[in-house]
Amino acid sequence: MKGFASFVKKEILHILRDRRTMLIVLLMPAVLMLLFGFAISTEVNNIDVAAVVPKRSEEVRKALERISNNPYFTYKGTVSQMDAESCLRSGFADAVVVFAPDFGVPAEARTDRRPKVQIMFDASNSNDAQTGEWYLRGVLAGESLAAAMPETRMLYNPQMKSAYNFVPGIMGLIFILICAIMTSVSIVREKENGTMEVLLVSPVRPLRIILAKMIPYFLLSCINLATIMLLARFALGMPMAGSAAGTVGLSMLYVVLALALGLFISTIADKQATALIISAMLMLLPVIMLSGMIFPIENMPEILQFVSCFIPARWYIDGLRKLMIEGLPFAEVMKEFLILLAMTAAIMAMSLKKFNDKLE
Amino acid sequence: MTRTVISVRELTKRFGDFTAVDRISFDVREGEIFGFLGANGAGKTTAMRMLCGLSYPTSGSGTVDGFDIMRDGEKIKRRIGYMSQRFSLYDDLTVRENIRLYGGIYGLGRRQTQERMEELLRRLDFMSERDTLVGSLPLGWKQKLAFSVATLHRPGVVFLDEPTGGVDPLTRRQFWEMIYEAAAGGTTVFVTTHYMDEAEYCSRVSIMADGRIRALDTPAALKREFGAATMDDVFRKIAREAKRI
Amino acid sequence: MEERNAIEVRELTKRYGGVTALDRVSFEVGCGEIFGLIGPDGAGKTSLFRILTTLLAPDGGSASVNGLDSVADYRQIRRQVGYMPGRFSLYADLSVEENLSFFAALFGTGIRENYDLVAPIYSQIEPFRKRRAGKLSGGMKQKLALCCALIHRPSVLFLDEPTTGVDALSRGEFWDMLDGLRRCGISILVSTPYMDEAGRCDRIALINEGRILGIDTPQGLVDGFDEGVYELSGDDMSGLLARVRAERGISGCYPFGAVHHVVAAEGFDAVAFVARIAAEGFSGVSMQCIGAGIEDVFIKKMGR
Repeated sequence: MKGFASFVKKEILHILRDRRTMLIVLLMPAVLMLLFGFAISTEVNNIDVAAVVPKRSEEVRKALERISNNPYFTYKGTVSQMDAESCLRSGFADAVVVFAPDFGVPAEARTDRRPKVQIMFDASNSNDAQTGEWYLRGVLAGESLAAAMPETRMLYNPQMKSAYNFVPGIMGLIFILICAIMTSVSIVREKENGTMEVLLVSPVRPLRIILAKMIPYFLLSCINLATIMLLARFALGMPMAGSAAGTVGLSMLYVVLALALGLFISTIADKQATALIISAMLMLLPVIMLSGMIFPIENMPEILQFVSCFIPARWYIDGLRKLMIEGLPFAEVMKEFLILLAMTAAIMAMSLKKFNDKLE
Repeated sequence: MTRTVISVRELTKRFGDFTAVDRISFDVREGEIFGFLGANGAGKTTAMRMLCGLSYPTSGSGTVDGFDIMRDGEKIKRRIGYMSQRFSLYDDLTVRENIRLYGGIYGLGRRQTQERMEELLRRLDFMSERDTLVGSLPLGWKQKLAFSVATLHRPGVVFLDEPTGGVDPLTRRQFWEMIYEAAAGGTTVFVTTHYMDEAEYCSRVSIMADGRIRALDTPAALKREFGAATMDDVFRKIAREAKRI
Repeated sequence: MEERNAIEVRELTKRYGGVTALDRVSFEVGCGEIFGLIGPDGAGKTSLFRILTTLLAPDGGSASVNGLDSVADYRQIRRQVGYMPGRFSLYADLSVEENLSFFAALFGTGIRENYDLVAPIYSQIEPFRKRRAGKLSGGMKQKLALCCALIHRPSVLFLDEPTTGVDALSRGEFWDMLDGLRRCGISILVSTPYMDEAGRCDRIALINEGRILGIDTPQGLVDGFDEGVYELSGDDMSGLLARVRAERGISGCYPFGAVHHVVAAEGFDAVAFVARIAAEGFSGVSMQCIGAGIEDVFIKKMGR
């Protein structure tokens, strides 16, 4: 079909001519992946620890050694009891471990039952403080108490690397961004420029023109999918134990769904700015807040858990976690796949019904 | 001897290797209606922006109401009024709200704004429409109101960029009567238009082509000079010679 | 061959909420005719175009193009018409050539097949065919838009304010092109706010606030003006304006370029009037009877 090919060519030209946007679209997945993978993480690293040591004993030496050898802590040296608080305040240390003079003396030999060590933590970031305190406690307990603590095995993500968790979320976000937002803005731009009027007054069914519009964005999404999967595997070292074909298949479905959403937005908006605002309010915020990308769905109030069921990204991200992190076979994400398929059909039907070839 | 309000010498604006305005020089006297004509792309808008203090010339010099366009752009902005076909008033504010807003922008006091607003509404016979949203007024009314608002702070010069585009012929003439009144009151009017009959209303007309001023005189003298019956013919003769498209 | 009208409009009415954009508008455009809709912004011209190009449904009355109903047969109409909307309706980020071939593809054809039809116009912008449409001057954009509307050989052309914001020279050239298209047998409905362009049409309709004020050939409208129009000039033009308006028996006086136009019923004695105001102190007064122009007709009909 000669006509259709020339429509696709026109859309590709639009994208290629808008260099800045194209560059952003192509680089964004990589930047987001690296940001979330390395810079922004919920792990607590580099905790500066100082110690107050009234009396050096073998036990104190061992405890300090464990602290300096631990990758999460940086040992900053000893301070006096008086300076303990001021070195927290000045930021010299995040935590100060105060040893009692009789630290390490076996319990049966002690005269009182007061604790022999105190941890002072800068809790201005309560999250870091909590996690850090937990680590520090473990380190101080040392071998003697380790036996008494339950052994927890973190399955699927043994190092608790938060980067893994973010990858499906980033994918859920990026495809909405490219397919839904960019497609709708590009359709609405034609309304705003007056070219839509000319397109409508032509024998070509406008729907065909709009399908032609979706193809380049579909291709862009494929490039991004490849970038993300390669980065996840080789830069973040994700296991990708499950079926790669399943990941690709699920993603393709989600991309089509996002394109349908874009078409739907374009039927309700008539200004580019409106399309952007609708997309941001109806798509980005829910994807970020309610899809489980950042906040676990299990922790939400029931009403929000219910709402999250209607957010496609939730099912997509769930499915991806199973495939990419847990390494389950495709059959295990059949539920997610079917839900997304039904949603796609519904949105497609709704937007095609709303789309008309008149101005009113 | 009347005062010179706009004076421009060898004014030039280049964008890269493209010379939009090429060494133009002219003077506009107080109370004149100065028509600034030219084909699309001749450099009118660029020249007008420099006079309004919105962009700096690449070379040359000029003064508007006594202020240097190189150094005193901000002062010039306070001394001039500006109205264009595209942007003039806020459609989602009422007539009074628009007037108050402009009063505020140009630093008129509350009392002064109120006085001038009432005078303006009476003069335009707009009293009954004072709380109407500007967006729901007919275009002709809007343009008349926009002109009055642009001269609310009694500027020495008022710049009008195609003020009558798309307006019906009757309103267009009423609009020009307002311009006459303002000019008679000492306001200098600098106006661009695509209607050639409006060029005949001007005291003097300059016609730009390819970034230069090709003709500048009274309409009667220009018609004599070019052996033409109307300003339309004068304009065509000049525009046809232009090379730049 | 059967004589058929290219466009027929009967009692067409369009409302937006409480605003009546078109109020029982009727006219027809013959085959191969250039028909002008002359009126200011907000007169209802664009609504009329959108109904005829099947983008809007009317609230009352009917419209047909090439004998096809604008509502029932809209798909067929879309194959046969070319439309140039009022706004800049090209892709600014595509080149001249890319725009034209896209619009050709839209109708399942190519530039080469129809080159002969657009050649007189396209040849003027062809040297710039690699330039982005957004970087063209107003006159060139307008030529390109016309080529794009023509590339599929429509039999009826709808041009909504094609000359607005374009300089006088380019406007003249544009009308010359329309003359050429009429010779190819294309019927053209064109709107403009510029009264001086009325003379370039075969017939015109004056339209204001959704109503047709008059339909005729430009000459017919002017001939139908039943009052005298005088050109008045003098040294004190604004003083003259006020003085003439105060005179009884004068139905209108307004500035018209370098002179004033005075409209007075038949029997008005211009010579006596000039003598009278000269005696009142007006110097250099001259007044002569001239024929009415389209603007005089429009102003008079607006006042009714």
